Amino acid sequence: MDSVTTASAAPYRRAFNVRRLMRKLGFWLSVVVIVSPAILVFLWMLSLSLKTELDNGTYPPVFIPNPPTLANFVYVFTENSMWLYFKNSLIVSGFATLIALVVGIPAGYGIARLAAHKTTVLILIARMTPALSYLIPLFTVFQFLGLNNTLTALIITHLVITVPIVVYIMVGYFETLPRELEEAAQIDGASVWTTFRYVAMPLARPGIVVGTILAFIFSWNNFVFGAVLASRTTRTLPAAVYNVLTFEQLSWGPLAAAAIVVTLPVLLLTVFIQKEIVAGLTAGGVKA
Amino acid sequence: MTTDALPAPIRAGFLARRRRHMRLLTLPAMIVIAAVILFPWLFTLWMSAFDWKIGTVAHFVGVDNYVKLATNQRFIESIVHTFYFTALAVVLPLVLGTAAALVFHRQFPYRGFLRAVFTMPMMATPVAIALVWTMMFHPQQGVLNYLLSLVGIPPLLWVYSPTLVIPSLVLVEIWHWTPLVMLIVLGGLASLPTEPYESARLDGASEWQLFRYITFPLVAPFLVVAAVIRTIDALKAFDTIYVISSGGPGTASETINLYLYLQAFAFYNVGNASAVVVVFFVLILAMAMLLLHVRQKAKWTA
Repeated sequence: MDSVTTASAAPYRRAFNVRRLMRKLGFWLSVVVIVSPAILVFLWMLSLSLKTELDNGTYPPVFIPNPPTLANFVYVFTENSMWLYFKNSLIVSGFATLIALVVGIPAGYGIARLAAHKTTVLILIARMTPALSYLIPLFTVFQFLGLNNTLTALIITHLVITVPIVVYIMVGYFETLPRELEEAAQIDGASVWTTFRYVAMPLARPGIVVGTILAFIFSWNNFVFGAVLASRTTRTLPAAVYNVLTFEQLSWGPLAAAAIVVTLPVLLLTVFIQKEIVAGLTAGGVKA
Repeated sequence: MTTDALPAPIRAGFLARRRRHMRLLTLPAMIVIAAVILFPWLFTLWMSAFDWKIGTVAHFVGVDNYVKLATNQRFIESIVHTFYFTALAVVLPLVLGTAAALVFHRQFPYRGFLRAVFTMPMMATPVAIALVWTMMFHPQQGVLNYLLSLVGIPPLLWVYSPTLVIPSLVLVEIWHWTPLVMLIVLGGLASLPTEPYESARLDGASEWQLFRYITFPLVAPFLVVAAVIRTIDALKAFDTIYVISSGGPGTASETINLYLYLQAFAFYNVGNASAVVVVFFVLILAMAMLLLHVRQKAKWTA
């Protein structure tokens, strides 16, 4: 282009360049407008957690902590049983995810190979049901069994979240796998179980990873099960942050610090395995 | 099939046995689903015919719980709040999410990183997010009123105002869930063919015309999927509303889910709460069917 440009065409070219620059600027402006609300809320959360109580209470607000302090985090871990709640959350989400994988991976394979689509409709209806509505019957039954306020009750309840996610994702994944290898194994006399265990399941590892992560995240993020079914010592993190912290202290620094402790593991997972999560979520809009 | 070579009766027996074994694989999951999903559904339906508070004796009342709900002013208001909240929390993320998808559909530096940042709100723990927004909404010390003051707008009461509380909660919902709409629409955009664009450009179509007459009709099915998911989730919204406003001030932001929570776990009114669940579920199912029906119609006319 430049080689054929003569002096007479220069003003024309300049106008063209200015227009292109304006378009580019406009585009980047729209990128900034779209991304900034997401990042600003998280930055504000970070800012609140790193400031002293004095700085958090002033108006106009102080944006950059000066100097930043970790006192809020120290306070949250020493004055409140943050470790205990963190451990509860790990146990509940860990076991709920593990059980979901144990029952959900074979089920996903079976449903995919039997083409039992009615089962997936059942799972979609389960996805539509408000979580609270499972809680009334389960609460009543746990009351009867004396299981209320135990981690066992919480793990069982969290299966409402994790099992449908794992089954749904595994059905979708096994359907994409070619059947030829499995058929070859069958001809060699392999049973259904052997074919599943040694042929299909190793191939489905990426699907299993997505299912595990999404099930864990949605279980971790759940608030209402822990808020209703748990006692002071068996609360999961989200329920604890709401119940313990908001009622006992109205100061913003520790609250923001606690909020970060709750959500940071999930955010880190999200950023590191973005692509897999996106693939899993958009496949069927699975969300608990 | 690989078993084609076998004689028919043997093959049929072989396939039947394989299907039986396949069903065995799904059995453990079916037991779990029956226990934690199907049983609660049936139990709820059954309990909705009883007048029962935890700790008292249950009385069979037939459809009485439903009759009472039909005339319960507070419940009817909660339905109105739910639909108001849902309408805003579906339409606005759809519009914004589509706009964001159009931006992310183009190639630019740091696109992957920026997309990851943009999708972070979607995975963040709702309670944590709700706590931060509660602090941001604070009328005296909140950062939102400070930002408004910078552009000369007087401070608002946000979630402390009966008229502003639902729009404020919708703001959180938009922030939280626009990324999911963006991802679904982005998936749709990625699947579009390029030929129609090339010929339309040759015919001198403007950018707007390209969007209005090519992009929009082609991504419409994805928008319907996003609308269905968004509608279900907005109807079910609980965590952020409960933490930020608890249905207040008064009952100004009390949605069906909030009303349900109070009935079940503050008053232990199990019979009444179960009837609320049934009505709520029917509403959600009806809305989802309605949207899918729209999708079918759109398919026929397109």
